[in-house]
Amino acid sequence: MSSNELAIAVRGLSKEYLLGPKRQFGTLAEMVVHRVKHPLHRQKHETLWALRDVTFDVRRGEVLGIIGRNGAGKSTLFKVLSRITEPSAGEAQLFGRVGCLLEVGTGFHGQLTGRENIYLSGSILGMRRKEIDRRFDEMVAFAQIDRFLDTPVRHYSSGMYVRLAFAVAAHLEAEILLVDEVLAVGDAEFQDKCLGKMQDVAQSGRTVVFVSHNEETVRRLCSSAMLLQEGQIAFVGHPDDAFRHYRAQRNEAGREFDATRRVRRSPDLAIVHAALSIDGVRALEIPSGSRPVLTCVVEVKRRTRFAAEVLIRTRESVPILYAAANPAHGIYSDLEPGTHTIRSELPLPAMAAGRYWIDIMLGLPQAPCMDYIEEALAIDVLPGAHSGSGCRTVQSRRHGCVFIEAIPLRDSTVPRGATPQRPSRHDGRGALTADAE
Amino acid sequence: MRVPSPWCSKARARNEPAPTAGRPLGPLDPDSRRVIGAASSPGPEPLVRPRVAPPMLVIRPTSGWRSLDLREVWRFRDLLLMFAVRDLKLRYRQTALGVAWVVILPLLGAGVFALVFGRVAKLPSAGVPYFLLAYAGLLGWNLFQGTLTRAGGSLITNAPLISKVYFPRVIVPLSAAVSACVDTLVAMGLLVILLPAYHVALTPAVLLVPLWLLLLQVLGLGLSLYASALSVSYRDVSHILPVLVQFLLYASPVGYRAAQVPHAFQAVYLLNPLAGLLEGLRWSLLGGTPPRLGAVLYAAAVSCVVLVVGAFAFRRMERRFADVL
Repeated sequence: MSSNELAIAVRGLSKEYLLGPKRQFGTLAEMVVHRVKHPLHRQKHETLWALRDVTFDVRRGEVLGIIGRNGAGKSTLFKVLSRITEPSAGEAQLFGRVGCLLEVGTGFHGQLTGRENIYLSGSILGMRRKEIDRRFDEMVAFAQIDRFLDTPVRHYSSGMYVRLAFAVAAHLEAEILLVDEVLAVGDAEFQDKCLGKMQDVAQSGRTVVFVSHNEETVRRLCSSAMLLQEGQIAFVGHPDDAFRHYRAQRNEAGREFDATRRVRRSPDLAIVHAALSIDGVRALEIPSGSRPVLTCVVEVKRRTRFAAEVLIRTRESVPILYAAANPAHGIYSDLEPGTHTIRSELPLPAMAAGRYWIDIMLGLPQAPCMDYIEEALAIDVLPGAHSGSGCRTVQSRRHGCVFIEAIPLRDSTVPRGATPQRPSRHDGRGALTADAE
Repeated sequence: MRVPSPWCSKARARNEPAPTAGRPLGPLDPDSRRVIGAASSPGPEPLVRPRVAPPMLVIRPTSGWRSLDLREVWRFRDLLLMFAVRDLKLRYRQTALGVAWVVILPLLGAGVFALVFGRVAKLPSAGVPYFLLAYAGLLGWNLFQGTLTRAGGSLITNAPLISKVYFPRVIVPLSAAVSACVDTLVAMGLLVILLPAYHVALTPAVLLVPLWLLLLQVLGLGLSLYASALSVSYRDVSHILPVLVQFLLYASPVGYRAAQVPHAFQAVYLLNPLAGLLEGLRWSLLGGTPPRLGAVLYAAAVSCVVLVVGAFAFRRMERRFADVL
């Protein structure tokens, strides 16, 4: 998509923030007194370089994602490029009209009607009045609020509010669009709509710089990504590679056994070590749908009965898989005191790519755990082709993390009036019964 | 049935390797546009056509005093109007009397002044009904005071916008001044009824009314530019401002005439530029003795100087707004 023409040229851009004076003046009076006493004294400040010597080019039509952890300088770069704040050094050249999409609803006022807010918000985003007039109907249609145009927006449902706000922003005519986490709001349907609009923008040949935390969105939208670390560029390149660097930077490319988050501990048993391996090779990056082997080293101090269990959680700590890593009949009962190695294969289902945590616990059903280590291991599930359609999944709250292939049944078209056989209500005994209608 | 799967990433196919990947970035020579193109197209790739068009926008650090950049303000004139309209609409929305407040407030104020200074203190009113005298004074005063307080606090109330969106910051206090001006003009419209009711005839001096209003606003705006910029770093300003306004109200000929001030204090009294301007406005509206030319020239000069100094100080402090707010 991108041509050879430059859209943005950034050279040695730096931004220094004052973290407050070494001598703090709480009030104007203190400052005045100080000034009178020491007329030539210059304030010394603690400083922080939020951006340091950042140099990059963005070509026309390129969609660049800027990623990095909190405090890496993403927002500062955004603020400098959008002229909210001045750089401390360096220079940025922007070849074209710049538009900013920021938090949805910036500049909206609850007391004003939808119509008034369209004009206000549009002007704030930098549109001329004539421009808003021209695209007014389009915006209203996009937001689907025509009936409520003259109602104050504080009476709007949150969905209508967000739709209207995005509608205004989305119709900004700019050659260079700076976007800051706008898609972080709204329901899944609306996020999809926003993403779709953003893709349209990207495909129409406009240049987009997109600041985001969201891996899924950046992968979907951006043709390249830039990773910032402590105000400097750590990587520029393909989004997949950028995120690999990002994870490595966050120490997230899998992590070896770590027992710091041991929540319970009995004197009889302890997990000493745990590791995953594939084909005998220790692995922290697990291809989706593979069968890694979990090796758990357990120290038995006193002969006791226990079972080993594994819990796999998503990045957001939501448990998604539970495995009892036991011998055939459930419980280890005859392990002599000493160190033992328990090995079990985990037949993982097709999982969305991303980071997962593994909790390991030793215990008995209906009894307190004897040993429980939260986040004992961290693995990185690599994307894989899950199905014939070759789809790739990314961990997301919207689509879940475990992928199963639905099998279309040959007799799935049922004549009208016939009662389809469908599994439904749980009958309480663990079996599914057909619902008698 | 073929339903596009939500897991399918359509964008994937377009994700060609990034054009900037692994490419050394050359230094930028601000004097030569050619360098930009050449520096970013190394290697065997076809040479980039050097961009002839200069960048639409160059962002670089500035320091010290800088120009007012009025052209940029003009570019954002629509926003200025939108802000002013927003302020006006919001002030009287959800009120039973609505815009009538613009007229009611100075009427009440003038009533109080007429009672206190006219009836109780029995100050002479030089042939004009005391109520009118106070109303005319309040018109000018409200313009100055409205501009100063609204514009002075405007940066703080609009802080969420300033830290998120770019526009020339001066738009914010300017729009507050515009909305104060609109209020005053509406209140002034009531004179169409009041003057005939009190049998006061207009004199040719009425033509000077816009000049007085302009100067009052220039003074108020100049002070508020400085105050608002300072209030970003020092919230103390928002505490001092009301006290200053209260003091000025009594130190200016609003509820009484400047002539009432004892001769011994006249020289000091006239140091307040508001004295000349308010007396001038009252003379233009109600007739009587014109203000002394010296006092008027002095007031005009002070107002202009205050505005220019305020504007440049604002520009100077402006670059820290987004960082501090």
